[in-house]
This record gives sequence, structure tokens and C-alpha cells, in this order.
Amino acid sequence: MDPLSTLWETFFDVDAMREALPEMLTVGLPNTLILAVSAALLGSVLGLLLAVAGISRSRWLRWPARVYTDVFRGLPAAATILLIGVGLAPLGMQVWGPDPYPLGILALSLIAAAYIGEIFRSGIQSVEAAQLEGARALGFSWSDAMRLVIIPQGVRRVLPAWVNQLIALIKDSSLVYFLGLVASQRELFRIGQDYAATTGNESALLLAGLFYLALTVPLTHVVNWIDGRLRHGRPATAPADEDEDDTDPALAGAPEGDRR
Amino acid sequence: MTTSVSLEARDVHLAFGPNRVLRGVDLTVRRGATACVIGPSGSGKSTLLRTLNRLIEPDRGDVLLDGRSVLGDDPDALRQRIGMVFQQFNLFPHMTVLRNVTLALRRLRKLGEDEADALARAQLELVGLAGKANSRPAQLSGGQQQRVAIARALALKPEVMLFDEATSALDPELVKGVLAVMADLSAAGMTMVVVTHEMGFARRVADTVAFMDRGVVLEAGPPEAIFERAEHPRLRRFLAQVL
Ligand SMILES: Nc1ncnc2c1ncn2[C@@H]1O[C@H](COP(=O)(O)OP(=O)(O)OP(=O)(O)O)[C@@H](O)[C@H]1O
Ligand SMILES: [Mg+2]
Repeated sequence: MDPLSTLWETFFDVDAMREALPEMLTVGLPNTLILAVSAALLGSVLGLLLAVAGISRSRWLRWPARVYTDVFRGLPAAATILLIGVGLAPLGMQVWGPDPYPLGILALSLIAAAYIGEIFRSGIQSVEAAQLEGARALGFSWSDAMRLVIIPQGVRRVLPAWVNQLIALIKDSSLVYFLGLVASQRELFRIGQDYAATTGNESALLLAGLFYLALTVPLTHVVNWIDGRLRHGRPATAPADEDEDDTDPALAGAPEGDRR
Repeated sequence: MTTSVSLEARDVHLAFGPNRVLRGVDLTVRRGATACVIGPSGSGKSTLLRTLNRLIEPDRGDVLLDGRSVLGDDPDALRQRIGMVFQQFNLFPHMTVLRNVTLALRRLRKLGEDEADALARAQLELVGLAGKANSRPAQLSGGQQQRVAIARALALKPEVMLFDEATSALDPELVKGVLAVMADLSAAGMTMVVVTHEMGFARRVADTVAFMDRGVVLEAGPPEAIFERAEHPRLRRFLAQVL
């Protein structure tokens, strides 16, 4: 066989792919999605808490948030996953048994929270002080004003960066294979790697790669779409309101006070 | 419906660090009366308004509503009694016009959705914007946005209204509509403190005009006295510049 077709066979062996496909669809894909989606949810909730702590007026909240963010952004994801997955395993053993899955999700969430927290914080801080003043002037407390007015606007502004973080999570979810998953827990990467190892052929791994791309590429387009919408405003949703001129609105019922 | 109340600032002081912005402001607004505050840029007009509803706490002095000091009250509850309108409107851009008006009704006044919607629509009707309930603020002209902001404040049935240069950010042709709303509100008996550069409005609508300069009310009186018989040279100089 000539070298070129050997190379072709190594990566594009359709039979090898076909063999791996069912397990990828029924086991790998659901597991990858479970890992990524649950870590995205937990990571976003934690991230929001970190963001709020990070802009708090109390340094007892600001400081821990800062340290947390520096640590979890600064460590390699693989190291964090191993440290938590292996380090907390004895504890996990007592709570839910030998399953490494929850700790994997926890580790992914803790890492994602550090990044998402920074994203949310920058968004929240970009909201003009006048918005807070407008809400406070209506009688809202600081926390209500943050919750109802500032945070929704801040988070909206950074949705593209947040989706990018979800893409990173989908890819990082492959790292939980370090924790030693049983057959039914394997995600896309691990299944591809197992097939590749037993057959000496990389095609199954390539197929796993295609699955990742099928998940992440559409998300990058979601990012672009959100970005465009934020930039150019949403298409007019409400039916065009009837036009009204800008002068002479009648104002009738005001408070009953002294008539002058 | 609530009744408007009198407002009084007594010897209000406030410093931002070394910058003594308010140096003993006295201002009295009778129940149902309109006071216009005029004065050069940086004289402390906006800061004074913010101390009246305690967006900024004064360092010294007192603020009284209906003759009673409000500095010991819960500031959030106090601000529900005092409506405020800003130069830049400060509408919430992520909500429809209707939601801008109903937010405080529902969250603070705890009204049900239907009741809050009905009240908000009635209030929008009064400022001539009933048809814009489902628009976003960004889809409205500046004049319309400011009228929404006024409706949003009025929906809470405030006892006093504060206006901080409500028309300064507007294109000239939109100023009239907003001033008309404010004049109607004044005529209907709302107690108002209006910081403005619109001298014509002050002359027509105000019961009292107060001239602020360097952190104090230098001269106050009925519009005729201020505009025709100004005593203080600094006020005369200011009027010569703006009239
Ligand atoms: N939040 C703040 N922090 C520090 N200094 C402030 C703050 N707000 C206002 N100042 C200062 O207080 C002084 C008075 O400002 P203020 O906005 O009250 O003036 P103004 O009379 O409303 O002026 P203008 O007509 O330009 O609106 C200015 O020197 C300003 O720089
Ligand atoms: Mg000002």
C-alpha cells in the first residue's frame, strides 16, 4: 500500500467510523451534553455570584471572589479536574459512592465559574451609573435595582462571550476522562480514543472530533447572531405603534393639591 | 390619589471630598407650588435635587416634607414619595415602555399585573403616549422618552416631583411637548422643584425662582422679582448671559 492511502485509512476508515458511531450517538454524545450542560448551568450560577461579590462594596466579598478567580483561571484545567476529581474522591465516596461523574461536573463548573464570573462582572460594570440612579429614584433598594435593572442589562451585553465559554466547556468536558469513567459514562472523546487504541486507527477519534465540531460550530454562529442583534438592535417585534406627534399632550389627573 | 406636600431644605451642606458643593442651601416650596432652580453650571443644582430625595445624603442640614424631617426615614420609602426626572431620561432600555412604568408598581406597590398595566396605560395616555406601550425606549424620540420617564414617576403618585434639566438633552422641536406636560402638572397642583435653563418656562410656570451660585441659593423670589428686579450682581450677570 502506498503511504498516501495508508494515511487515508488511518483517519478516514469508514468502517471503523461506522463501528464507533452507535456508541458515540447513544453513549458519548449524551454524556458530553450532560457534562457540558450541567457544568454550564452550575458554572453560570456560581459565576453570577462571583460577579456580584466582585463588585460588592464589602471587601470581605470582593477579596475571596478575586482570589477564587485568579486561582481557577490560572490553573490548567486538567490539573484542576484531577485535583478535585481525585482529591475529593474520598469525600464523594461517602456522599454518593464511587461515581467520578459528579466531581467531574463540579470541577468543570468551578473552572467555568471563574471565567463566566469575569464575563458577567465586566458586563454589569459596563451598565451606566444613571441606570442605577434611575431605579433608586423610583424607590428600589440597591439589591432590587441590581437584580431587576442592572444585572439583566449587564448579562445581556456579554452573552456572546458567555456562549464562547460554553464552547470551551464542551471541549473541556473531554478532560473528565482522567477520572476513570466506567463504560456507560464515557463521553465522545473517550469513546473515540478507546476505539482508536484497540484498532490502531484514528478514524474513530476523528469521528469524535466531528461530533465536537457539530456542537461547537453552530454555537459560534449563535455568538455572531447575538452579537449582530446587540449591535443593530432587535428587529421591531411590536407591530408599529400608531404615530403620535410630539407636542401638546394633554395631562389631566395630577394629584389633588392646592389649585393656584 | 395622594396629595402633594410642601418641601423644605434647611441649611443643606454637602462636600465631595474637598469640593464643598452645597454650602448651606435653603429652599422652601409650598404645597402645590413650583420652584424653578436656575444658576450657572457646577453651582450644585443637580446635587441639591439628589439630596432632596437622598440619592445623596447631605452632610448637614435638614430636608422636610409636609413640615417633618425625612432624614430619619427609610430612604427607599422616601424615594417612593418623591418622583424624579433626569436629563438623560434613565429609562430601562431592556424593557418595553409599559414595563418601565409598571416595574415599580408591581415590585414596590405589589399591584397585580392587570391593575398595574391599567394604571400605567392611563398614565401613558396622560402624556400622550398610549400607543407606545409596547415599544422599546430606543424606538422613541427623546421627547417621547422623557414623557415616558415622567409617566413612570407619576404612576407612583408622588407627593413631590423633581426635574433635573428635563429638556436639556432634547432637540429644540421636542422641548415644547415636555414642557407642556410639566406645566400641566404644575397647574394641577403638584409640588415641583424644577432645575432648568428654560427661562421662559420659569417665568410662566414658577411660583418661586431660586438662583443658585457656588453652593447656596443666592436669591429667591417670585419670577417677576427675579427676572425684572434682580438684586444680586451675580444674578444680574447670569441673567444677562442667558436671556
Ligand atoms: N458624584 C460626584 N462626585 C464628585 N463630585 C461631584 C459629583 N457630582 C457632582 N460633583 C461636583 O459637584 C459640583 C456641582 O455639580 P452639579 O452637577 O450639582 O452642578 P449643576 O449645578 O447641576 O451643573 P450643571 O448645570 O452643569 O448640571 C461640580 O463641581 C461637580 O464636579
Ligand atoms: Mg446638573
